[in-house]
Amino acid sequence: MATDPMATDPITTTPETTDPIMSPDKPGAAATESQWLFPDLEDEDAGPFWQGCAAGELRVQTCEHCGAWRMPPRPMCPQCRSIESRWVTTSGQGRVWSFIVPHPPLLPGYSELAPYNVVIIELIDNPLIRFVGNLVAAPAAAINSVDPTSIAIGEAVHVTFEKLDDVTFPRWIRQ
Amino acid sequence: MLSVFDDGNIRDRTAIVGIGQTKLGKLEDSELSLACQAISLALDDAGIAPSEVDGLSSSLLEPAREVQVAKNVGLGNITFFSQVGYGGGAACGLVGHAAMAVATGQCNVAVAWRARKRAAKNSRPWAQTSTRLADHTQWSRPFGMLRPVDEIAMLTRRYMHEYGATRDHLANVALASRAHANRNPNATMYEKTMTREQYMDARWISEPLCLFDNCLETDGALAVVVTRADRARDTSTEPVLIHATAQGLPPQHQTMTNFFNDDPLRGPAWVTAAKLWERADVGPSDVKVAQLYDAFSPLIPLSLEGYGFCKRGEGAAFTDNGNTQWGIGTLPVNTSGGGMSEAYVHGFNLILEGVRQIRGTSTSQVEGADVSLVTSGEGVPTSAILLTKAR
Repeated sequence: MATDPMATDPITTTPETTDPIMSPDKPGAAATESQWLFPDLEDEDAGPFWQGCAAGELRVQTCEHCGAWRMPPRPMCPQCRSIESRWVTTSGQGRVWSFIVPHPPLLPGYSELAPYNVVIIELIDNPLIRFVGNLVAAPAAAINSVDPTSIAIGEAVHVTFEKLDDVTFPRWIRQ
Repeated sequence: MLSVFDDGNIRDRTAIVGIGQTKLGKLEDSELSLACQAISLALDDAGIAPSEVDGLSSSLLEPAREVQVAKNVGLGNITFFSQVGYGGGAACGLVGHAAMAVATGQCNVAVAWRARKRAAKNSRPWAQTSTRLADHTQWSRPFGMLRPVDEIAMLTRRYMHEYGATRDHLANVALASRAHANRNPNATMYEKTMTREQYMDARWISEPLCLFDNCLETDGALAVVVTRADRARDTSTEPVLIHATAQGLPPQHQTMTNFFNDDPLRGPAWVTAAKLWERADVGPSDVKVAQLYDAFSPLIPLSLEGYGFCKRGEGAAFTDNGNTQWGIGTLPVNTSGGGMSEAYVHGFNLILEGVRQIRGTSTSQVEGADVSLVTSGEGVPTSAILLTKAR
């Protein structure tokens, strides 16, 4: 296909990114903070989630008053308007709800690993609670360690964790 | 004088009486200069003097702000100015706010505009990321879901899974837009044809979406002039009535990353459409031509469903057999080439094409086009307008 310079670049995230150096075996752990995006661990609403990951638990915010689960975390329960919340530890069991395979141009830390997968997982405990994440071949394996053509919506997964810099991320491996 | 209304409905009380646009492509001028040029052209088109403009309606992401626009174009006393947020969801809302302001007497002549440059930082809010994310993006971007195309690709994969949609359906959308652009000398892709094979062979951007599922990036500005329908009869162009407008933000929606509620594939188009049709005295079957926001091809089937042109899950099949293509189908969509093949100016070019269809001046003119729908982005808090011929 001919590349038309006028055609399209709606997707460029940085002007510097050029076509990818595919390095399928390069571990994600090699990425440095400057190349990756991280959550702010001081965030008042989300902090307990990330603390849970650091403790090896996948936690979900629930309403202290009416018990409703909510994700992403936020100050008020949309069911009963209570501002009191409680974090529960889930089973960490889920199913693939959807997935994508991003290709460059991407931010540098991610571009090195492309194509990789991003999945959405629905929790078995409560299928309306969903997480964006990555399917990996083994705990701490890179986000490009699973053949993307093998991923299927509905397949069963469970949570694992990988620490990068000071953040522990949830990852997902096949049951 | 239509200043009082009893049911709150401003149906047919205002009209678009002027449109203006700069060249669309790669341009040297600043966004401010482009905005002023487009507004100036729109005022000339309407035959209205800058000193008569007293209302301004713009995007929250607009780089050409009210004070600068007013100083450059030589506007008079501005008594109404408002902004609408949520990027691609805003454009029709700008016209809606202008119409409300005029209909309720906040101002007499309102201008709505959008200027955008592809290389500008504020055209790419997703690229201005700190490496420490405290907002809702912390739930997606650290995992490599970095760009708008990734977010929409995720919904697309689920849509394909639930309803059996295929890449051929997405190709239908891209090919119809390209065919329309090939008829529009102002379109970026005027001279570039596309085949289904070229679509299928294009490089991936975010599977299941390829290069041609994405809109263009464009420098340019466009503007419209809104005034009261009774006054519109005295202006120099054929007035295009703003029959109905609506905005929509449904419960538990999250902009772009709408993955966390009960029904992620039922986006803001649905609530916007319900209000639009409630306010109109026509329905989807009366619409002769539609400009549907198309930053990404899958937004077309989702919008066809949301605005009621087919049932849920049937939007992809609706595009088969050239059904959205001018000269062939029952509902020509994005007849200027749209965001994918004319220009991407946050969907504002779709509004001007919607006006041209009512005026009878489109390069892919739909015969007897007396009801013309324009929508803004599905997948974000959004808006729509329904334009009709003055009767």
